[in-house]
Amino acid sequence: MSDKEHNNFGRRQFLARAGKAGIAIAGCGIASYLLYDPTGPRPGVKAEDLVTLADFSVPRKTGQTMSIVQGPDRTKTVNKAIELLGGIERFVKPGDTVAVKPNVAFATPAMLGATANPQLIAEMVRLCYKGGATKVIVTDNPINDPASCFTLSGVGKAASQAGAEVVLPKTYLFKHTTLTDGRLIRNWPIFYGPFDKADKLIGISPIKHHHRAGASMSMKNWYGLLGGRRNVFHQDINTIIAELAMMVKPTLVILDGTEVMMTNGPTGGSISDLKRANTLIASTDCVAADSYGCGLLNLNVLDLPYLAQAEKAGAGTTDIKSLNPIVTTVT
Amino acid sequence: MYPDFSTCLRLARNDKYCVFYKESRTMKIVNARRISQIFFFLLFVWFCIVSTIGERFWQLRGWPINWFLQLDPLVALGTILTTHTLYWPLLWALATVVLTIIFGRFFCGWVCPFGSLHHFVGFWARRKKKVSQKIQLNRYRKAQSIKYFILVVFLAMAAFPSAAATLQTGLLDPIPLVTRSFNLVLLTIIDRSANLISVTERFYEGAWLIFAVFLTAILLNLVIPRFYCRFLCPLGALFGVIDGLAIWKIGKKTADCVNCKLCERDCEGGCEPAGSIRISECVLCFNCLDGCRHSVIGYQTKPSVACKIIEPDISRRGFALSLVSGLFALGAVRLNNKLGSNWHHRVIRPPGALPEEEFLKRCIKCGQCMRVCPTNVIQPAGIEGGLENLWTPVLNNSIGSSGCQLNCVACGQVCPTSAIRHITLNEKRGVGEFADAGPIKMGTAFLDRNRCLPWAMDKPCIVCEENCPVSPKAIFTREYFSAIRDGILTVKDFRGQSIEIVENNLISGKFATGDYYCAIEDGRRWKITANTQNSIEISLGEISGKKPTKGDKIKIQIRLQRPYIDIEKCIGCGICEHECPVSGKKAVRVSAVGETRSADRRLLLKG
Repeated sequence: MSDKEHNNFGRRQFLARAGKAGIAIAGCGIASYLLYDPTGPRPGVKAEDLVTLADFSVPRKTGQTMSIVQGPDRTKTVNKAIELLGGIERFVKPGDTVAVKPNVAFATPAMLGATANPQLIAEMVRLCYKGGATKVIVTDNPINDPASCFTLSGVGKAASQAGAEVVLPKTYLFKHTTLTDGRLIRNWPIFYGPFDKADKLIGISPIKHHHRAGASMSMKNWYGLLGGRRNVFHQDINTIIAELAMMVKPTLVILDGTEVMMTNGPTGGSISDLKRANTLIASTDCVAADSYGCGLLNLNVLDLPYLAQAEKAGAGTTDIKSLNPIVTTVT
Repeated sequence: MYPDFSTCLRLARNDKYCVFYKESRTMKIVNARRISQIFFFLLFVWFCIVSTIGERFWQLRGWPINWFLQLDPLVALGTILTTHTLYWPLLWALATVVLTIIFGRFFCGWVCPFGSLHHFVGFWARRKKKVSQKIQLNRYRKAQSIKYFILVVFLAMAAFPSAAATLQTGLLDPIPLVTRSFNLVLLTIIDRSANLISVTERFYEGAWLIFAVFLTAILLNLVIPRFYCRFLCPLGALFGVIDGLAIWKIGKKTADCVNCKLCERDCEGGCEPAGSIRISECVLCFNCLDGCRHSVIGYQTKPSVACKIIEPDISRRGFALSLVSGLFALGAVRLNNKLGSNWHHRVIRPPGALPEEEFLKRCIKCGQCMRVCPTNVIQPAGIEGGLENLWTPVLNNSIGSSGCQLNCVACGQVCPTSAIRHITLNEKRGVGEFADAGPIKMGTAFLDRNRCLPWAMDKPCIVCEENCPVSPKAIFTREYFSAIRDGILTVKDFRGQSIEIVENNLISGKFATGDYYCAIEDGRRWKITANTQNSIEISLGEISGKKPTKGDKIKIQIRLQRPYIDIEKCIGCGICEHECPVSGKKAVRVSAVGETRSADRRLLLKG
């Protein structure tokens, strides 16, 4: 403070300074009052804002729950299989946003069959647009590096060339969910973002041997929706797969048994792990689809406990005969 | 005529000097320099951005991302000294050397992205200072010879006359330094929330140290402009040595110098153009040319009118001392025997890396392999594997989106010095023409049976087996039925597929997961499908042989698939370690033992 200021310091200046000091004191006091926490932190996990995955299913039609088409050409078989269930118009309405969830778990080339077939994905995307979809999203939360998985498997390119938007998992796309009646999926992060705005959900998966679960098919494909440290669920693989089937209510699943991975699954790694079965299954009931699909791996329903568990929970049926699946062949 | 010195200073201080100075119609050479610096800096940043695996134009699809590293003659000279060869992409450095011999240290003042950064920060920091202060800041200092000693120490280590030479220039070589600082730290932090460049969030262990060095170098400009360039930069020192040969040099054209020292106001190199210019320090910023109001300073082939000092300011004694220091420093670093029996098992090198000694002769710590690695598994090493290991690439399977991907050889493709060889997928996987050699092993996975869920805790898991990418899998399992704790029960009744038991304390549904079995004394067992507090449902309708009857003991077992590692198949990719649900310290961990590149770290007998 200069001499001049010192000499001029009078009542007015004092009041101004006292006013500022008063505001500062009041500010501190108010802030303390607003932030006051009388107890300190409590034990337990902080509850997240929970989301619930929508029900994407379409109304049942007796006799048109599942179709099984034999043939070596996936483009033809998938078209036929969907046609037999009532055509793509039954599943996709004009203006729909469709999420397609292929199994793109591994960064391996398409020919090794560890990931969903790119041609099949492309055809599915085209069919969705044919049905009037305004937007098709192709997405998965793979095990290996996501970008590499979509690139190496060829799914990314096939999907975007067919006009779909490829969505890779990013942190902000995950939200927590709790499955009512679920034991494992409780306050658990799922890959929710791409499905939030979707009207329909179509799962596409190959049929693969899986040492722990017995088989990886359309129900196991939903594992890709789990986030977080999902590998801990391998301790109870059947329950988690059954719970996934309870959590996800798809519009349609395509189970691709054109080439079946018989050994060394789910990664494969050699063409010798594959066997041609020339079968493609389309179903609105993924339990039923898997119940049929396990036969292609020379397994029966009892070999895969998750099928019975899912059936018991009301996620679908293992009694394929009751559905009268339509079986046909296209060459 | 010209104003006298004091007027000149006073006017310059008021920034009104332009009255006396007629603007030239042609572009001033300092503007050309500024454009060059901005161009090369942006080019450098662009190359950092495009070092991302992918096919889009802003991704790695043939962009010459190593160009700055290749232009760097210290990279070339260092590897020449250690390997006695000039790896072909480093031939670019010859262009730099030739241009330096013709023009002088143009690289420092016109090209070097790190130099441009220092230039700008130093300029900004002193912009409000008085002319006299600026002249003081930009004077020559004896300590500028430190960089020559640093260079000599590094080159002595590289030229060590035995197999034990090591290349440590990368610690302070500005191009590797700025490359790793931008790629591993700045870009990563900027991209963190946006995820525009990388899909998944990227991490680099020990990046703080890389950043600390970078930030210190930048902040030192607030003390003295271009502090790093003047005192520390070993590349600048190398140019300083070559600079003596330069055909064109900064010098005084005439003897009309009034010694106003305005030429030293913004002298970037601190090379005393007003006095006897020190050519080795001159970074060719041309600020002296621009600053001289008397047209005395020129860039010319003729010798300077004033005496000039060509040689770097180092004494023979200083040179000898740093040479000996370098040799002893390397000896000291190697006393830990990290290249011998005391090697660190977690120093897992990327696929295609040369044997450790050869590797250390080539790695310049630029971080390109870490930047390009699609799974982010390649990490800058700390000093656990020895001091000279700092910032060299190691695989850390706890970081990143996956271990080392089977179908990827990106790191070898981008390595500028071939410390990681440019291998093909066939070579990595040991197929085709490499079938005899077999796959490249980076190490071997070991199971920690004390942590593994099926081994230590009777919990089913085998995530490692599931994810093993090798065909046939290197991880296989053996079935084992383990009796659960308190799992011996007494049969009360047996009806249909339901066993009623005496004990009434089971947790309902606990054994219904498909993994539990009910065994009887003769060894037969059935899968449990459901249970209540006092009954157990079993599967497989037909029960052959004697049925359990009242009073019999039954045992509840859990079916486990216990993982084993087939050491002959394991390639050490670390995907199992990455996926292992026992996080923190994984239950399956890769150790570098058994790696292909090293004969003395082999584990298995041949044949």
